[in-house]
Amino acid sequence: MYSLNGKTVFAGIAIGKIELFKKEQQSVRRYSIDNVDFEIKRVSVAKEETISQLKALYEKALIEVGESGAMIFEIHQMMLEDQDYLDSIDNIIKSQSVNAEYAVAVTADNFANMFAAMDDEYMQARAADVKDISERLITVLKGKNDDMSQSEEPVILAADDLSPSETVQMDKSKILAFITKYGSANSHTAILARTMGIPALIGIDYDEDINGKIAVVDGINGKLIINPDDDILQKYKTKQHEEAVKKKLLNEMKGKETITKDGRKIKLYSNIGGVSDMPSVLSNDAEGIGLFRSEFLYLEKDNYPTEEEQFAVYKSVVETMAGKQVIIRTLDIGADKQIGYFNLDKEENPAMGYRAIRICLDKTEIFKTQLKALYRASAFGNVGIMFPMIISIEEVKKIKKIVEEVKSELSTIGISYGKVELGIMIETPAAVMISEELAKEVDFFSIGTNDLTQYTLAIDRQNQKLDNIYDSHHPAILKMIKMVIDNAHKHNTWVGICGELGADITLTEKFVKMGIDELSVSPNFILPLRSCIRDCNYGNV
Amino acid sequence: MIVFEFTVKDENGLHARPAGLLVKEAMKCKSSVTLKKGSKKGDAKKIFNVMGLSVKHGDIIEVEVEVDNEESDAKLLEDFITANI
Repeated sequence: MYSLNGKTVFAGIAIGKIELFKKEQQSVRRYSIDNVDFEIKRVSVAKEETISQLKALYEKALIEVGESGAMIFEIHQMMLEDQDYLDSIDNIIKSQSVNAEYAVAVTADNFANMFAAMDDEYMQARAADVKDISERLITVLKGKNDDMSQSEEPVILAADDLSPSETVQMDKSKILAFITKYGSANSHTAILARTMGIPALIGIDYDEDINGKIAVVDGINGKLIINPDDDILQKYKTKQHEEAVKKKLLNEMKGKETITKDGRKIKLYSNIGGVSDMPSVLSNDAEGIGLFRSEFLYLEKDNYPTEEEQFAVYKSVVETMAGKQVIIRTLDIGADKQIGYFNLDKEENPAMGYRAIRICLDKTEIFKTQLKALYRASAFGNVGIMFPMIISIEEVKKIKKIVEEVKSELSTIGISYGKVELGIMIETPAAVMISEELAKEVDFFSIGTNDLTQYTLAIDRQNQKLDNIYDSHHPAILKMIKMVIDNAHKHNTWVGICGELGADITLTEKFVKMGIDELSVSPNFILPLRSCIRDCNYGNV
Repeated sequence: MIVFEFTVKDENGLHARPAGLLVKEAMKCKSSVTLKKGSKKGDAKKIFNVMGLSVKHGDIIEVEVEVDNEESDAKLLEDFITANI
């Protein structure tokens, strides 16, 4: 067993036999001809034939990879009809009295060199397209057809490089993965492999003797493992199975509504810790962001992040979500998360100490800076703001007063903002007990089950000795969640869960029946949860 | 001759796909269409010319439309470019 490293073009796992793909070397002979007109006519006939082949390939690609992937074959047709390209071929035939095949080969080299000399990596990779169309034209001129021999059983195909037309011509049901020695991540082959969802690695420096050997293509880590031992093979088989299940779920659940069997819609949002989570939020089809932990903005810096810095980050997330709701939680730090410049005193019991909203209501300048940045971002989409660690009505009233100040300060200097939903985290037993009164003050609640469990059961989450009695399914917690939902609904306040319990599919049906309105979870849980909710009933059937 | 300018908004510049679409559109024109990027010039009906200009995101391109249907052709191209490139 040994492994080779390469670059992933499309992630995924494939296990199977390697087959080397050998290109028939196009050897083009140069010879003199007598009848120049006849030779030029041969080119124009061959060109028409080549174009009809490309049209057929376009149709095939259209079905397999869709319009944007198939476009390359339309561009290949344009290249073949490019007047400069054709003139160059004709000129070489005329001026040197040589055969058409040779004239095409020389023209191909010249045009490919033009691309190779460009200062742009993408354009350099286009040299391969020129060679691809020219080889096709030469093959037609020689009167051969280029049917590719392919083995019966599906294989991992290894090649020096593959042209787009080779990639599309292959019977995809016989290809487990592509590995190539050369080629770039920008090549159309790479783009096609991605669109077709076939695992592909490039830059694998293999020896010819891998032909026929069993291998694992690990497109997640960019590795090719040749002659894997049983343990490794088993590991990858399990992984492959997991990937397949995930992919199936993805295909089935993407773009679907999150709705129970009896028609109740649940908002399925994502938790994020920073902008870097956005790609997975989008790829997992989140319907909004239910908890944007703003702490990272403060943790990354040596000093308080400015309004501008914060605004830029919020705006980019809000714009990326394009009208879907983005709920940002205001600063939630305490003595357990050290930020030097805050100069927080060491505390005996930081979980119950000077933290979160308590800091914000004490150091209102820090709080106002964040709120201003948030309101400015609200002009660019659908923003919600939620406040952590609430224990009293007075806190909420103070917050709302500060929010009003911020809004009027922005208006005075002519900065516009959008409509913003305000909500609070329900994570203290006190907030649960007064949830009916709190519901009159805000648009939504988000239940933070991790802290709520810690405070209700009086169990320190950090103390590993207590792990065995830390029970987030404790009846007290579930009763509290039910109580919060009932109280909130009396005043048209909607309720979500953003703690770990939100992603616990053993409780999902229970939450749905309680009347939960939203669940906010890590991106990876979105689709499994959607699938689960679609199997639930809201009412008792 | 009608001349207009545009700034390339496509993040990848005039790479194969938009270049192809532009050539396709230019082919519909009776007039001759020339693209100018700085001192470089290219015939908009020839894909190798267009790609050879190596047009990138943010580049300003001048389009010259000459003789025949220059007015309607210029409008066709300008609308197409605004919508696609």
